[in-house]
Amino acid sequence: MPADTSVDPAEIAKFERMAAEWWDPEGKFKPLHMLNPCRLEYVAAQVAAEFGRDRRADLPFAGLRLLDIGCGGGLLCEPMARLGAAVTGVDAAARNIPVARLHAAQSGLAIDYRVGTAEELLSAGERFDVVLNMEVVEHVPDPAAYLGACAGLLNPGGLMLTSTINRNARSFALAIVGAEWVMRWLPKGTHEWRKFITPDELEALLAGAGLEPVDRKGFVFNPLAWSWRLSDRDLSVNYVTAAVRPRRP
Amino acid sequence: MTDASHDVLICGGGLAGGSLALALAGSGLRVALVDALPLAVRADAAFDGRAYALAHASVRMLRALGVWQQVAALSQPILGVRAVDGRVGAPPSPLALSLGDELEEGALGAMVEDRVLRPALMAALAAAPRVTQFAGARVIAQETGPGEAAVTLDTGARLAAPLLVGADGRRSGTAARAGLRRTVTAYGQTAIVCAITHDCPHGGIALQRFLPAGPLAILPLPGNHASIVWSEAEAQAAALLALPAEDFLAALAPRLGHGLGRVAMAGARWSYPLELSLAESMVAPRLALVGEAAHAVHPVAGQGLNLGLRDVAALAAVLAEARSRGEDPGGAQVLARYARWRGFDTAAMAAATDLFTRVFSNDLPGLRGLRRLGMAAVTAVGPLRRALAREAAGLAGDLPPLMRGEAPGG
Repeated sequence: MPADTSVDPAEIAKFERMAAEWWDPEGKFKPLHMLNPCRLEYVAAQVAAEFGRDRRADLPFAGLRLLDIGCGGGLLCEPMARLGAAVTGVDAAARNIPVARLHAAQSGLAIDYRVGTAEELLSAGERFDVVLNMEVVEHVPDPAAYLGACAGLLNPGGLMLTSTINRNARSFALAIVGAEWVMRWLPKGTHEWRKFITPDELEALLAGAGLEPVDRKGFVFNPLAWSWRLSDRDLSVNYVTAAVRPRRP
Repeated sequence: MTDASHDVLICGGGLAGGSLALALAGSGLRVALVDALPLAVRADAAFDGRAYALAHASVRMLRALGVWQQVAALSQPILGVRAVDGRVGAPPSPLALSLGDELEEGALGAMVEDRVLRPALMAALAAAPRVTQFAGARVIAQETGPGEAAVTLDTGARLAAPLLVGADGRRSGTAARAGLRRTVTAYGQTAIVCAITHDCPHGGIALQRFLPAGPLAILPLPGNHASIVWSEAEAQAAALLALPAEDFLAALAPRLGHGLGRVAMAGARWSYPLELSLAESMVAPRLALVGEAAHAVHPVAGQGLNLGLRDVAALAAVLAEARSRGEDPGGAQVLARYARWRGFDTAAMAAATDLFTRVFSNDLPGLRGLRRLGMAAVTAVGPLRRALAREAAGLAGDLPPLMRGEAPGG
């Protein structure tokens, strides 16, 4: 249910259309939907391993407080809520929030969606067991300051998962020429190649924010199967890292 | 009143729907299972006269679900398959297809009667946690919303879940209410099913005799028993079914060949009209079809139930994986994975059994010669024979975990 009861019916109809658009696997967000199962597999596996949960159990992530930064329509938040986590989703784009709220209500899930940023949550004193930081860091102006705020949101022993795009000739060819210019999966100008970050740079930034990197994997697109898979070796384009906040600094 | 405490809502509590309910419950999903017939009617021995030729992979799956252990002693391993071309009264052609010990995994499959398998499955369902049965309840309305599919029962109850599964057979109301069209091709044949006793042992051999009016299968049951599936032109079948038992036996005996010695009827005769019935899609928003609701094929190669169980195993695997990632079980992406996995297999099997029936159900001399040569050729060529044996045993292709014998949730 949209929390704001002053919203008028035309607005709600618009949100319904936007929610349908966000959640249409063949629609505007198709590239995100294609990547999502692979991201979810990584997130679920890392959270289960870090907190000793059995993924076959009912509500395996019950008792964990999880934050998704840049939550959009809720593509990561809803699965995490289904696994039992207490989920907060924030997005700096205000128009995404009522859309995400509406879809969660349709799915029968209770998720705390807010307009906002990592920095605002930090100054409000919020803390989480898991922070999902997926495909955000390549869009922020100051990655070091941003990751510092994200790290501050973690409880001691908490886990942050960060995914982004590597910077090399191959990522330029695939993520910009391929995804934006040729396939038109993403609007032109979505990414600036020089803002991309290599895995070593990212791990240095995470270490600088006081976190301990524990894992890294590649997201690899297989054009024959037309789907993404996780790779231990190929981090040349899209990749994800896991880092924990030490219990004692 | 809406009850939203289920993850999956299955309409149709037969062999496909029932085994799906068991598999899903085993992987932690909460299932509502609706069937129009009361439990006692379905558990009755006279409910269905058929016997099933279960492929090796299907037996593995039923074992993984804990059902096979209850029926194994009453089943007959299929130690060999022979297909011969013939005409009534004439000796079988020596050019025949013969499969037997090609598999390192063991027997090609096993025969089990419906009256044995169905009650065992129902007993397992009654004992399964997370399965709620709504028996003797008819669906009177069905709707799909943004987050759930719902059905209203004639008892007044409304059941809702993120995913609805149609396992309600070749006349699937679930598929029809969702607006899925079907392509139905009647073969103009009726299958007469009965059991016989015979003097000489069958040796575990399943024999398929291709007669001009339609195929006749002699399928081994435990002891000196066999299940007969006799496909005949409709009018002829109606006349045969109307005959007194001894006259029917007199018509059947010359079609059986000579290997079994003296034969006698054992029990009643059942009849099933034969048709190919394919739903235009195996999925729709918040809906998946399994078994004959998706595809009813000609029983010629004994693949109908095996095909349905492959649907069940694939859907169970897709939904277990989705659950472990927190994905919406009725989401379009999850259903697309199931449709992709099953689509090709289903189309190939429908086309193969259809072609088989058309090529074999005639008496054109040229075609008869060709098909005899074809069967003999397959038998003579080792790799071809082994490939066919693996196909018949359901061991070819991308096997879902249940068909590799892995327990759900394991």
